[in-house]
Amino acid sequence: MSTIRLAVNGKPYTVDTDPQTSLLSVLREQLDLTGSKYGCGEGQCGACTVLIDGKAQRSCVTRVGAVSGKQITTIEGLASGEQLHPVQEAFLEAGAMQCGYCTSGMIMSAVALLKRNPAPKESEIIAFMDGNICRCGTYPRIVSAIQKAAKATKVAAAAAAAKGAGR
Amino acid sequence: MNEKISARVALEPERYELTAAAPYRFDLDRREFFKFLGAGVLVVSALKPAMVAQESGGARQRRGESLPKEIDAWLHIGENGKVTVYTGKAEMGQNIRTSLSQAVAEELHVPIEKIEMVMGDTQLTPFDMGTFGSRTTPTMNLQLRKVAAAACDVLIGLAAAQLKVDRQRLVASDGKVTDPQTKRSLEYAELTKGTLLTASLPAEDPLIPATKWKVVGQSTPKVDGREFVTGRHRYPSDQKLPDMLYGKVLRPPSFGATLLSVDTQKAEQMGAAVVHDGNFVGVAAASTESATAAIAAIHAEWKSEAQSSSKELFEYLRKNAVAGKDPSGDGDRFDVGNVDQALGSADHRLQQTYTVSYIAHTPLEPRAALAKWDGDNLAVWTGTQRPFGVRGQLAEAFRIPEDRVRVLMPDTGSGYGGKHTGETAIEAARLARAAKRPVKLVWTREEEFTWAYFRPAGVIDVTSGVRNDGTITAWEFHNYNSGSAGIRTYYEIPNQRVVFHEVDSPLRQGSYRALAATANHFARESQMDEMAHAVKMDPLEFRLKNLKDERLRAVFQAAAKQFGWGKSKTAGQGFGMGGGYEKLGNIATFAEVNVDRKSGDVKVVRVVSAFECGAIVNPDNLRNQIEGSNVQGLGGALFEAIEFENGKILNGRMSQYRVPRFSDVPVLETVLLDRKDLPSAGAGECPMIGLAPAIANAIFDAVGVRLRSLPLVPDGLKTS
Repeated sequence: MSTIRLAVNGKPYTVDTDPQTSLLSVLREQLDLTGSKYGCGEGQCGACTVLIDGKAQRSCVTRVGAVSGKQITTIEGLASGEQLHPVQEAFLEAGAMQCGYCTSGMIMSAVALLKRNPAPKESEIIAFMDGNICRCGTYPRIVSAIQKAAKATKVAAAAAAAKGAGR
Repeated sequence: MNEKISARVALEPERYELTAAAPYRFDLDRREFFKFLGAGVLVVSALKPAMVAQESGGARQRRGESLPKEIDAWLHIGENGKVTVYTGKAEMGQNIRTSLSQAVAEELHVPIEKIEMVMGDTQLTPFDMGTFGSRTTPTMNLQLRKVAAAACDVLIGLAAAQLKVDRQRLVASDGKVTDPQTKRSLEYAELTKGTLLTASLPAEDPLIPATKWKVVGQSTPKVDGREFVTGRHRYPSDQKLPDMLYGKVLRPPSFGATLLSVDTQKAEQMGAAVVHDGNFVGVAAASTESATAAIAAIHAEWKSEAQSSSKELFEYLRKNAVAGKDPSGDGDRFDVGNVDQALGSADHRLQQTYTVSYIAHTPLEPRAALAKWDGDNLAVWTGTQRPFGVRGQLAEAFRIPEDRVRVLMPDTGSGYGGKHTGETAIEAARLARAAKRPVKLVWTREEEFTWAYFRPAGVIDVTSGVRNDGTITAWEFHNYNSGSAGIRTYYEIPNQRVVFHEVDSPLRQGSYRALAATANHFARESQMDEMAHAVKMDPLEFRLKNLKDERLRAVFQAAAKQFGWGKSKTAGQGFGMGGGYEKLGNIATFAEVNVDRKSGDVKVVRVVSAFECGAIVNPDNLRNQIEGSNVQGLGGALFEAIEFENGKILNGRMSQYRVPRFSDVPVLETVLLDRKDLPSAGAGECPMIGLAPAIANAIFDAVGVRLRSLPLVPDGLKTS
C-alpha cells in the first residue's frame, strides 16, 4: 500500500493503494469515475481509454503508480459544464453508437487523434482507431463522427481566429 | 446451489425462445405500486388465465400460488404531465428505448421528452419473456401504441366532461386536448389532477396508420444519447451501493471438473469473505484487486475428465446426434413430395457438406451483477436479456419465492443473444448472502469467453436436384446441432426433406443473434450458387426463377440494382449474393471481395444490403442495425472460431480471438424498402443472414474456390 497523488480531470486526488493496481480499477472503484470501461484487461479493446498528458492510453494496463503527477483526463472531464466537447457532439450527431459501451473509449481516442492530427484522412482515422473495438459494429458512423468533429473544430478555430483578428 | 453453478447446462439453442409462454404469476403487491404512482391516468391490462404457463428453462411451477390476480400497469400520466411507460423489454443497444418512446409519443400525442421508459425491472414492469427473437418491434411497439391510444382516449373523455362538449370534436396534440371550434385547450397535466383513474386496455384500437405517422417513421436520435457520450450512463457493471464488496469466483481448470479439496485459509487471512459451497468457491473483498489476490491465494485440487476438441468437432457432431430422438413430429422435420425419386431423375444432382464453428458473442460489457439481500428479499442489478427468467433462476437457486426477488436491468453493454442466463446474478447473490453486504461481480473477459455459452457449431448436409432449365426439383437438408431457425427453404421446390438433428453438444451453447438462420442460410444460399453454376445460369436469374415470394424478390432486385449486378470485374475481384427471410424481415446482401492469390488475403470491399421489414419505425436506427449486423457478421463469416480441447477454451482472450475492427469494415450501402402497408417487424437479426453466403459466393466468383466452412478464411485463402 502506498499513498498516490493523482490529477484527474483537473482535480487532485489522494488514494491509498498498491502502485501496481491498474489505473482503471482506481478510477472506477475508488474515484467512482465509471465512464471508463473494462472490456478485456489486456489493452486490446480500448474501452478503458483515457488521456494521460493528452495522449490516449489504455487504463486497464496502466499501473496507477506510473501516472502520479500526470494530467489524467477521463470521459467525465471532457465537457465544460453542460457544453459538450465537439467530439461528443459529433458522436450524437452521427448516431455513432448502439449499446454505447465502447463510446467513452472511442471518444477519448478520437480526442487524442484530433489533438495530434486536426484534419485526419479516413485512412489515418482507421489506422489510429483500430485498437478500439465496437462489437455492435458502428465503425463507419464513428469514422463519420470523427470527420464531423474535425470539421467543427476547424470551423470553430477559424471563427475564433477571425474574432481575434477583428479586435 | 452448488449444482446450479457447476452443472453444464445444455441450453437448447433456440426452442425455448420459440415456444416459451408466460410463466406463472405471483401476487406481487401492486397496491403499493399504485400508491407509488400517485394520481393520474393509468392504463392497465388484466392477464388472461391462459397465459399462465411454465416458461421452459425457468423455475418449476408451484401450483396453487400462481393465479393471475394482478393487473399490469403499462402507462401512467402523472399530475405533472410526465408520462411513465413500463415494459419488461431490455435495452442493450437496439435503441428500443427510443423506438418505443416514438410509439407512445405518436399515439398519445405528447412530446417525446415527456416520456420516461421504465424497462426490465421485475417489480415495476409487466412480465416479459425476454428481449430476443426480434420481437420488440412487432409485439411491444404495437402493444405500447395501443396502450398510448387508450390513454389518449381517456384524456379526451376527461376533456369532453370538463369542457362540456362532445368528445368527437376534440383533438389531442402536443400534450393537450383542444376544441378547435372554441380554441379552448386543456393540458394533460390539468386533466389528470385528482384521483387515480384507471383505464383497461381494449382488445382492438383504431391505431394511426403508417401513412399518417408523424413521430414513428422518423429518425429520432437515441433519447438518452447524452448520457452515453458523457460517460454518465451506469451500466450493470457500473452499479454501486454503500458498503459494497467486490466478488470473484474460483473457476475450475476445465468444464465439468469436480472439486476434490480446497484450502481457503490464506484468503480468509487476507480479510476476504470466503464461500465454499459444493463446487462453488468464491470470495468478496474490498476491491477487485484484493478479491483477485484472495482467489489466487486459494489452493484447490480438481478432477478433470478427458473431453473432445475442436479439431474433431464436425465428426463429433455427426456421430453424437441424440440417440432415440427422432425429430419427426416436433417441428424439426419437414417432408413434401418424394425427394429420393426426384433426386434420381434430376439432370444435376449436387451433394455438399457445410460446417459452422462455435463462436463467442463477446459483448463488450461482460456479464455483471450487483446483489443485495434485505433479510430474505433479494435485489439484483444485472445485464440480462431475460430479467424475469433470471428472477426465476435466482428464486430456484436460493429456494425462495419469486416475489422475494427483484431483478433490475440497467441498459447493458450489448448481448447479441448471449445474456439470457443468470449465472453472474446467482454468483453475486451467493457471495452477498455470505458476506452480509452487497456484492458486485463483473466477469473478466476470460470468464466471459469460457463460462458463458456459445453460438452452436453445426454440420449441414445438402443434396439437391435441378433440371437443365434451372428448375430445382429436389432438396434434402440435414442440420446437425446448429439449430432449426431458418431451416426451411423459401424457394419453390416440390420435393423436400428438411431435418434438424439434435446433438449432445460438447460445449455449452445457446442463442446467438439470428440463431441458426446464419448457418442455414449459409448452406442454402451457397448451394443455390453451386446449382446456378451447374446449370450455367446467372445466380440472380437462377434464384428469381425458383422464387415466388414477392417481398423476397423485391429485396434481391433492389440490392442487385444498387450493387450493379452484372458489371464486369477485374482479376481477383469477385461478386456474390445471399439472402432470405427470417424473423418477419427480408434481406438480400451482395458482396464484393478482392482476393490476393499470392498472399491469400481476402478483403471484403463492399457490401450492399436491401432490407424490408414492413413499415419502418426509425430509418436511421434501422440503417444502424443493418450496418452493425454486417460488421458483426464479418467476424463469423471470415475469421471467428472458438478453439477448445479437453474442456478448456484455447483462445479465450481478446488478444487471441479476433473480432472485426475498423480496418475490416467494407463500404456498406443500405437500401431500405418501406412497406407502409405492412406491420413493422424487427431488424436486429435478419440483416445478418445474407452476408456469409454472399462473401463465400464472391470468393468463388473471384478465384473459383468453393469454401463451405464458417469461418471462411481464418488464415487467409489457401488456393494451392
